[in-house]
Amino acid sequence: MSTVFGISTPALFGQLLIGLINGSFYAILSLGLAVIFGMLRVINFAHGAQYMLGAFVAWFLLQYTGIGFWPALIAAPLVVAAVSIVIERTMLARLYQLDHLYGLLLTFGLALVIEGMFRHWFGTSGQPYAPPAQLTGAVNLGFMVLPIYRGFVVVASLVLCIATWLLIEKTKFGAYLRAATENPVLVQSFGVNVPRLLTLTYALGAGLAAVAGVLAAPIYQVSPLMGQNIIIVVFAVVVVGGMGSILGAIVTGYGLGVLEGLTKVFYPQASSTVIFIVMAIVLLIRPAGLFGRE
Amino acid sequence: MTEPLLSIRGLQAWYGESHVLHGVDLEVRQGETVTLLGRNGAGKSTTLKSIMGVIRRRKGEIRLKGEDIGALSLHQVAYRGLGYVPEERGIFASLTVDENLTLPPTVAPGGFSTDEIYTLFPNLKERRSSQGTKLSGGEQQMLAIARILRTGASILLLDEPTEGLAPVIVQRIGEVIRTLKQRGMTVLLVEQNFRFARRVADRYYVMEDGRMIDAFTAAELPSRIDRLHETLGV
Amino acid sequence: MALQAELRAPFASWRGLSENTGLLAALGIAALAVAPFVLYPVFMMKVLCFGLFAAAFNLLIGYVGLLSFGHACFFGGAAYITAYTVKHWGLEPLTGILLGVAFAAALGVVVGYLAIRRSGIYFSMITLALAQMFFFFCLQAPFTGGEDGIQAVPRGRLLGIIDLSHPLTMYYTVLAIFLFGIFAVWRIVNSPFGNILKAIRENENRAISLGYRVERYKLGAFVISAALAGLAGGTKSLVFQLATLTDVDWRMSGEVILMTLLGGIGTMVGPLVGAAFVSTLEHYLATSNFPVTVLIGAIFVVCVLLFRRGIVGEILHATRRR
Repeated sequence: MSTVFGISTPALFGQLLIGLINGSFYAILSLGLAVIFGMLRVINFAHGAQYMLGAFVAWFLLQYTGIGFWPALIAAPLVVAAVSIVIERTMLARLYQLDHLYGLLLTFGLALVIEGMFRHWFGTSGQPYAPPAQLTGAVNLGFMVLPIYRGFVVVASLVLCIATWLLIEKTKFGAYLRAATENPVLVQSFGVNVPRLLTLTYALGAGLAAVAGVLAAPIYQVSPLMGQNIIIVVFAVVVVGGMGSILGAIVTGYGLGVLEGLTKVFYPQASSTVIFIVMAIVLLIRPAGLFGRE
Repeated sequence: MTEPLLSIRGLQAWYGESHVLHGVDLEVRQGETVTLLGRNGAGKSTTLKSIMGVIRRRKGEIRLKGEDIGALSLHQVAYRGLGYVPEERGIFASLTVDENLTLPPTVAPGGFSTDEIYTLFPNLKERRSSQGTKLSGGEQQMLAIARILRTGASILLLDEPTEGLAPVIVQRIGEVIRTLKQRGMTVLLVEQNFRFARRVADRYYVMEDGRMIDAFTAAELPSRIDRLHETLGV
Repeated sequence: MALQAELRAPFASWRGLSENTGLLAALGIAALAVAPFVLYPVFMMKVLCFGLFAAAFNLLIGYVGLLSFGHACFFGGAAYITAYTVKHWGLEPLTGILLGVAFAAALGVVVGYLAIRRSGIYFSMITLALAQMFFFFCLQAPFTGGEDGIQAVPRGRLLGIIDLSHPLTMYYTVLAIFLFGIFAVWRIVNSPFGNILKAIRENENRAISLGYRVERYKLGAFVISAALAGLAGGTKSLVFQLATLTDVDWRMSGEVILMTLLGGIGTMVGPLVGAAFVSTLEHYLATSNFPVTVLIGAIFVVCVLLFRRGIVGEILHATRRR
């Protein structure tokens, strides 16, 4: 058996894969947060709840209607986006003129409500969700055994991130978003319905979180706590990456996920805190974040 | 006498708690270039912003082609044909020149095509892939005007287009406005640079402290010039 | 006339209360003094501890304008220190509490130094993340007792003399600590230091241009707030004779934000009112099946949308209009 730094190669690559998968979710979720923050200047604390809702929609569909993974990938973000549109229109939009901390507090309260309700209904244990039949099984790569679904998740998240990046950087809609982030009143004076743009942006961010939830369901199980567990780490990722750039959110997400995986191999006690330690270091050296624009 | 294209009666406006316009009356007819003159802080930009709807706390009548547009939201006003070029120009840093140019949606037929724009502003064509804010002040001003021309807006609200620009650029902008006049464009121009305004304006309004204190045509200008110099402090 | 104005001055808070403030304060203290004969002493002590915790948090948000989302680390961290030193080192309770305060202050320097490098929303996220890091540390550290926490903490004898196991004695000790804390907040707010903090909050750039080392003032306020939160936490660990992970959980940070928001940000009495309200709510819901988190979240949402001034804030607003 070959070893690297005294760790067996399969174990090392196994942890790297886990790190890459965690990183995939960090990337998608911090991307969603960055998109919402960029336009609405709101830290969407409810992002974790939207992620959890996405997973639950998928589970619900499978459990009660037999509708499987692939349709759920479309249905879950649509459902969660619809709910989020209602949230934005009825509640969040009233706070735009105020200090942005109120947006944070509102979404925090909403997260408590949503997660509290699901905890009440489903308890704290996770419900299992099987990966789709086409993606079960594993492939032997020689240096490690790669479960196919997990490989799919990494690829799918990359595709999702790149697609979002393309949407923001290369489409007309993205141009409206970028311009409205800089000067919403001027963009509105051109005839663009900026309030609707804000709503759509929030829905887009929520939808991204929901897709992440569906992808996560077969790996992390579907639990009311899954959002809470991950959201604070994602906040740290966002502080490290800086809110300024989409690319920054993606790179930082994957990078920190891999770093976390590696730490688990070589120094397990620190694995749950390494991302926060990196955050503290980045704050000392480069407060605006690695890719931040201040 | 044809109905004026744009008709403002008793316009009052508030900026936060301050009462900034105290009852402004003005008219712009089709094809005219009308200039708002006045010192700094007279309320000229505020008037444009109030017409457009950027400033929301208003009273009074704002009629465009006979329709009262005071109740419309900002993005709806653009579709009535009002094109606004703000004082700060507002070129977006996160967009290229081309993206800046094509950002405002078409609000009416008859706008300049992209080719026509680049013919009118050749230096913009060279820099089409540059980041918007990498342009010089003069080029940004051209871009700010150009992108509104593309939309098909029939009335241009221009806020101090020549501010801070070199004489050569100022001349260029004057040529652009004259070209627009030939095409039948209606222009409401706010200017402190009186010498520039002289070259393009058909009529003048003079503002002070949020009120209209004088109005005259280009023909009447020579008889008003001394009083004007006093008011404007030049 | 001049003498009357002088007598009135020590009781006026920056919020510009009426001349009756001194009288109201005296009435309030009297009410708190007789409270344990009317309501459960343990419940009242809980309200006082959380009221102090909220007052510490309020100092930061109400007077400096910084929303800390990680104040639980100071509260819970001090609770652990006090619990551990009193239980395992046999220290006298006041010493244990003071050690907790010292720890909270030291932690406040570290967290504050890092968090104050950013402002607004970033500041909040950083405090949240650092507090979470502290949570994980507490989870893994041997001396905290992990999931069980530190239990059966003896109340001991205050200054070696006064036996705190009697509920009334404990209550009046807690009341004294609470009043000390509130007095400290009030003194700070109405001091030159406090005035500079207010100036920074109103217009930071102006304060910088006037030559003030703004970061230092913010950090100072942060550390004081952390220390007072620690005072509340250390006291709490003796009241309940318990220090657990719940005390350092981010939900605890959320709760203190809610108490302050509900009671009235920037008011002197608001935090206590909010603490009383939330504690009462939790007390009544403890026996029922109703999920408390949902209700807390719903109150949060309603407060942020419709009730931003909080209970005391609304009362002040209404009385000032007369």
